[in-house]
Amino acid sequence: MIDPQMFQLVCFYAFAAVTVVAALGVVTLRNTVHAVLALVLTFFSTACIWLLAEAEFLAIALIVVYVGAVMVLFLFVVMMLDINQEHLREGFIKFLPVGIIVALIMLGEMLGLIGVRAMHQQVMGANPATVAGMSNTEWLGQALYTQFLLPFEIAALILTVGVVAAVVLTLRHRTGVRHQKASQQVLVNARDRIRVVKMAAVAPAAPQPAPGKETTP
Amino acid sequence: MANLNDILILLPELYLVVAACLLLLLDAFMKPEQRPLLHWLSIAVLLVGVYLVVEGQPSQAVTAFNGMFVRDGVAEVLKVFALLSTVLVFVYAKPYLMDRKLFIGEFYTLTIFAVIGIMLLVSAGSLITVYLGLEQLTLSSYALVALNRDSRLSSEAAIKYFVLGALASGMLLYGMSMVYGATGTLDLAHLHMAATQTSMPNLLVFGLIFMIVGIAFKLGAAPFHMWIPDVYQGAPTAVTIFIGSAPKLAAFGMAYRLLANGLGDLAHHWQLMLACLAVLSLAIGNVVALVQTNLKRLLAYSTISHMGYLLLGLVNAGPEGYASALFYAISYALMSAAAFGVILALARAGFECEEIDDLKGLNQRSPWAAFLMMLVMFSLAGVPPMFGFFAKLLVFQAAIHAGFLWLALVGAVFAIIGLYYYLRVVKVMYFDKPVEGTEIHLQGDVSVRLVLSLNVLALLVLGLTWGPLFGWCQSVFVG
Repeated sequence: MIDPQMFQLVCFYAFAAVTVVAALGVVTLRNTVHAVLALVLTFFSTACIWLLAEAEFLAIALIVVYVGAVMVLFLFVVMMLDINQEHLREGFIKFLPVGIIVALIMLGEMLGLIGVRAMHQQVMGANPATVAGMSNTEWLGQALYTQFLLPFEIAALILTVGVVAAVVLTLRHRTGVRHQKASQQVLVNARDRIRVVKMAAVAPAAPQPAPGKETTP
Repeated sequence: MANLNDILILLPELYLVVAACLLLLLDAFMKPEQRPLLHWLSIAVLLVGVYLVVEGQPSQAVTAFNGMFVRDGVAEVLKVFALLSTVLVFVYAKPYLMDRKLFIGEFYTLTIFAVIGIMLLVSAGSLITVYLGLEQLTLSSYALVALNRDSRLSSEAAIKYFVLGALASGMLLYGMSMVYGATGTLDLAHLHMAATQTSMPNLLVFGLIFMIVGIAFKLGAAPFHMWIPDVYQGAPTAVTIFIGSAPKLAAFGMAYRLLANGLGDLAHHWQLMLACLAVLSLAIGNVVALVQTNLKRLLAYSTISHMGYLLLGLVNAGPEGYASALFYAISYALMSAAAFGVILALARAGFECEEIDDLKGLNQRSPWAAFLMMLVMFSLAGVPPMFGFFAKLLVFQAAIHAGFLWLALVGAVFAIIGLYYYLRVVKVMYFDKPVEGTEIHLQGDVSVRLVLSLNVLALLVLGLTWGPLFGWCQSVFVG
């Protein structure tokens, strides 16, 4: 019989390891398309970790929104950009050892000071959704629109800024461009479009053989 | 659940959001030649915002939206000066923007959105509000820096700012997640209580360190200052003046909320960290500024050193220190607005007035501009009786009272070193011969000249009568 808690822990470490390896792949892979695919894997294994933490809605949202929509768009962009990859990698190998050493020292120090053991002992409160007897999604929705209403609205405001910024940085008014004028297009009526012309019916002339065809047998 | 009371507390911010959206719509349906109307409307919007902030100020600190938003005296002072310095920015920026075909409505709306971010940030009652307010401010700033998209320098500055800003936000979030892990709360008031009882003090201190990195980046304190010179130089001057003034108040507000409100009991940890940041900022800012030839870069390094002085006040970690740091932030916002205001007023189409050499013999060309610039430089350098002198004096005093005499001495030494490069600008204006073929005069209409003169003279007047303003700063930290 497998201890469920042990099984959960093993799953967590497995998913966490995949996340870390995939995240490393995002920044180290030479091919940009591969890097984006590694990012997809990172998101996917993060979603798995969230599922373990009983945050089902967030996990599904991550898959649907990020993996499903954002990353596909990313792939399109990356494929269209056609970046000279060798040029981007200059100095990468040179700085890699230093970076790895610094990262490892930091990791070691932090683990030593905070302590992995202490992390395991940390008891988080019970899942508030279970306590309230609601589904994860329902509880999240309630929290979002009551307790976290202000941050939620500020996030909306930030998105507005993003839209304004994107428009102001990319919209160019070119002169001499032929536009469709939708306002005038909808004003058109059938009489302007089609003119029915009545013609007297005339018997068609006998079909003449095409001039080029004669030489062919 | 939000009720009417919550909404009334948040009224100035809500009003600004609605006003910014209306301005955005108005701009879309406006003919280009009607745009000056938008300029005056934006200024009116900000002034009404000041009125709403002051008028609706409750006598005691109140919270709204489950403690996410705090409206207290500190927030009031910071908001009033953030709004006022943005008014100055709008007034000074108009001729510059018109000359460079950048006179678009989005400059105004994005700046107002950034100010909304500042107001949310300085009123934050929760780590989430701090982060979101900060993002609101910085996201608008990135776009503003890139506003002149045909300029390579401008785009490069925006990309650098964006990448480093994203890194700093990541650090801040990482720190916040650790603090949350150690205390189990995001609410700053609860955090203050939980910080002493946590079972994982090491994790909490780690979180604190990462948050300080984020704060130092936003302040532009060394060694997290790399973005400042490039962004200041690369951004259009009309945007540099904004980035150099109001967001500094926001950075102080953020440091105050996170360090004093949230983690005040860890002061013995962060005092020394801030002291190190202060020494580095003073050294790097003042020494590197000595060799600059570009005026905007010079002011950028000067910003770094001024953030060092501001940190001297925060190091005190008591009401006196916070009051002096707040006073310093206000004085710096006004001085920075005035310094860039003079540069903006001297620039014209095809001439940026960015190099120090451009100011050669300014006294013969335009004595009033030279006089104004001289007063600003004296104030920045901290020459008595200017505003900047008393601001410096008060932060030194705060540092000494907290037992950091050596820090105050370091500050004083670097203030003297800093005197050199400020006075060099004055020397160039008064004693050098003007370069032939360069005609520089004060540009802009009467409103620009009037406001600029008043702004600079305010530095002198506030230097002579700094008591009431400092009294206001002190009163908000009592209790």
